[in-house]
Amino acid sequence: MSALGLLFTVAGLALIGWLVARMRAATFRRPRVARFSALPAHHGWFVGICTLAPPLIFLAVWSATAPALVTDAVLATPAAAMLPPPGFERASILSEARELGAGRSQGAFHDLAEKLAPAYARAQHRYDTIATAAALLLAFAGGALAFTRVRPDFAARTQVERGVMLMLLVASLIAILTTVGIVASLIYESVRFFRLVPAGEFLFGTHWSPQVVDSRDPGASLGALPLFWGTFFIGAVIAMAVAVPLGLMSAIYLTQYARPVTRRWMKPTLEMLAGVPTVVYGYFAALTVAPAVRELGVAIGIRWASSESALAAGLVMGIMIIPFVSSMADDSIAAVPAAMRDGSLAMGATTSETIRKVMLPAALPGVVGGILLAVSRAIGETMIVVMAASGVATLTLNPFASTTTVTKQIVDLLTGEAEFTSAKTLAAFALGLTLFAVTLALNVVALVVVKRYRESYE
Amino acid sequence: MNNGPDTDTVGRPPSERRPTDWKAAAVQRRTRRRYAAERRFRLIGLAAVWLSAGFLALLLASMLTQGIGGFRQTRIALPIDLAREHLPVTGDQVRGRGADLALAGAGLENAVDHAATAAYGAEAPDWLSDGAWLVVRDAVKRDPSLLRRPATIDVPVTSAIDIAARRDGPAAAEAVVARLQARGVLSVGWNLGFLTSSDSTDPTRVGIWGALKGSLLTMMVTLLLAFPVGVFAALYLEEYAPRNRWTDIIEVSINNLAAVPSIIFGLLGLAVFLNTMHLPRSAPIVGGLTLALMTMPVIVIAGRNAIKAVPPSIRDAALAVGASPVQVVFDHVLPLALPGILTGTIIGMARALGETAPLLMIGMRAFIAAPPSRLADPATVLPVQIFLWSDQVDRGFVEKTSAAIIVLLVFLLAMNGLAIYLRNRFETRW
Repeated sequence: MSALGLLFTVAGLALIGWLVARMRAATFRRPRVARFSALPAHHGWFVGICTLAPPLIFLAVWSATAPALVTDAVLATPAAAMLPPPGFERASILSEARELGAGRSQGAFHDLAEKLAPAYARAQHRYDTIATAAALLLAFAGGALAFTRVRPDFAARTQVERGVMLMLLVASLIAILTTVGIVASLIYESVRFFRLVPAGEFLFGTHWSPQVVDSRDPGASLGALPLFWGTFFIGAVIAMAVAVPLGLMSAIYLTQYARPVTRRWMKPTLEMLAGVPTVVYGYFAALTVAPAVRELGVAIGIRWASSESALAAGLVMGIMIIPFVSSMADDSIAAVPAAMRDGSLAMGATTSETIRKVMLPAALPGVVGGILLAVSRAIGETMIVVMAASGVATLTLNPFASTTTVTKQIVDLLTGEAEFTSAKTLAAFALGLTLFAVTLALNVVALVVVKRYRESYE
Repeated sequence: MNNGPDTDTVGRPPSERRPTDWKAAAVQRRTRRRYAAERRFRLIGLAAVWLSAGFLALLLASMLTQGIGGFRQTRIALPIDLAREHLPVTGDQVRGRGADLALAGAGLENAVDHAATAAYGAEAPDWLSDGAWLVVRDAVKRDPSLLRRPATIDVPVTSAIDIAARRDGPAAAEAVVARLQARGVLSVGWNLGFLTSSDSTDPTRVGIWGALKGSLLTMMVTLLLAFPVGVFAALYLEEYAPRNRWTDIIEVSINNLAAVPSIIFGLLGLAVFLNTMHLPRSAPIVGGLTLALMTMPVIVIAGRNAIKAVPPSIRDAALAVGASPVQVVFDHVLPLALPGILTGTIIGMARALGETAPLLMIGMRAFIAAPPSRLADPATVLPVQIFLWSDQVDRGFVEKTSAAIIVLLVFLLAMNGLAIYLRNRFETRW
């Protein structure tokens, strides 16, 4: 039985349990018991949950352990004796055999994989059968046991509500689980990387060319400093040079000067900039902006202006960030007490003087926090730089030269067909860890800045 | 510095102060300067707004002008007489299921090339799109009498001639187009195949249906996982969670997850779903799982705001008539908060639909020519398809990329429009 079929069967059993228990509980409505502690539906839910929960928990645990069991069974077959010792080759033969056995691929690179494939298929089938039987048994047993407890004096509601609360708690724990998963997987792979390449060489090395990694000294061509500089240059300098003035001035104009009609139409229009998918921006940058920037570079006398310049990527990234800066600025300007604005206007200051000398200084922490968040978003942005920036890592201050970024390199490193143990692929996780740490730090600092500022006016 | 006529009298008794002379030249000059600065500032603000809106207009206009062409197709009128080709198929064979195979086996492709040579000369078969004979095949399937009589069928031309006919192409193609246009056999029509076929190496045959279906399957997984988990987490945090350190950790990690770069979720998906759990590469199920983790925090945050907006009097009233805490939340708070939660969910789903980077990480960048039919089939999604086409060298793909972007933007616009409609229609002000 397929996994989906099994799920539907178990869900169907739960539904039957729900209906039967509800019908049975509905017959309790006799004066024999003075006071019910549960509605018929509660009895139904109780039986339904007891039917559904045990097989689901079992299947969740099973799906985590079954692959290991299947592999063990395959390793016990005589053909497995020919496998090479643990290492990359062994892993790749096993994964090929797994794909063959599951019918997901047609041919294999290794002959041994073809021999092991039937063993995989057999073991998989055997364990699938066991799982199906066990899941159905658990569903029946759970449902039957629960059904015997459906009595007029049984407090089904309390039990059901306890289950509901548990479900809600588990749902909110998934967020923690995701965070832990991200941190653990990044750190695990990064530790493997730092065993091959010293952290110092990776963080401060100035030479990045992953195409030619020397296996004896991988650190020599995996110095990520040019990437960090490129990311900072595109995301925090060029993009912010576009987004901060435009976003801030738009927010000021729309909140302080614009008529309500203009504001009602222009604010959602600008927010549309944030809703455009990044792949569209990337295409726009590569197709329209990059050639224009190159022409501009040539026109002002830079003959070697790149068609994959930092300026093109940064410019488009800045456009994407405008609504982000603008809405953060909007919020923090709106949070400035009206008394400060009115006081300044009453003293005879013009509107622009009030904004520049009273409201902006008061809103500054919020604006700065917003800019930090915008930077964190810009340096994590991937598609624009993947499509518009170059893959060559250079330490340069020239916006018309080509630069690369951390995110672009992560994509480039992981979309090749390299094996999963090389320094090259592991470097992507080390870059990911750095990116995660930096964006996390920026977010935390930004939130602290914003929070401290808000407290001072409330 | 002389700041005005009355600064030197500040602090003296009122009787000794002189009134400000508003007519003095210095005051007038200063006022004019200040007003000019005011106008400049206002103008800069207006310019910023228009510049930002202008970027949006430029972006949309460039996609539209290029993309419309992707839905158009140049066709050439091909006189073909299948009776003369003596195809070894009967009228019965082209009805029903085996038709495609029977016609392909009968050498229809060669027959089409013969017809092109006969009509337009020896090099004419090179002008036809690889998919030209498929158009003839479908015509025969619709009308088997074509096997017995001569007819003229409009078939698509190659990408180079297509571009030359509608804009400017390579010189050789332009020459061919000029000759054909003189004979009046070229026509331009809507290319419905773009919406119904899948990826291909020939830009005249590509379509977005495969990518669209991949996107739909992926979004289905994302919605089924992220919506319940997100709503439940929001309910727990807003309604039941005790104020303690654990709750703080949950809150911080949700807020932080919402700000984590999307590519990090791709790395998580690669490390956990592919390398640890051995789920199939580039399958909608893995893409859906990865995007669900990314969308869930968005739904939680939107859900919490919607739940917070339900006034406490509703809860008090329900509790007062004897509802249990669970009944209060599921029977009263949740239905009232649902429009807000749905709005947030749609916005989160729209973001997931446009997301590319994490899906590249889990291998959804392969060339997939068949639309996926199951969750474990190899698939691609619309944004990734756009990315893949944008990398193609063939000029025919430029239009197709922009056309696919138009389709993606239409979907996003529809989703955001639905969110706005829901908000306006069901939003309750307490």
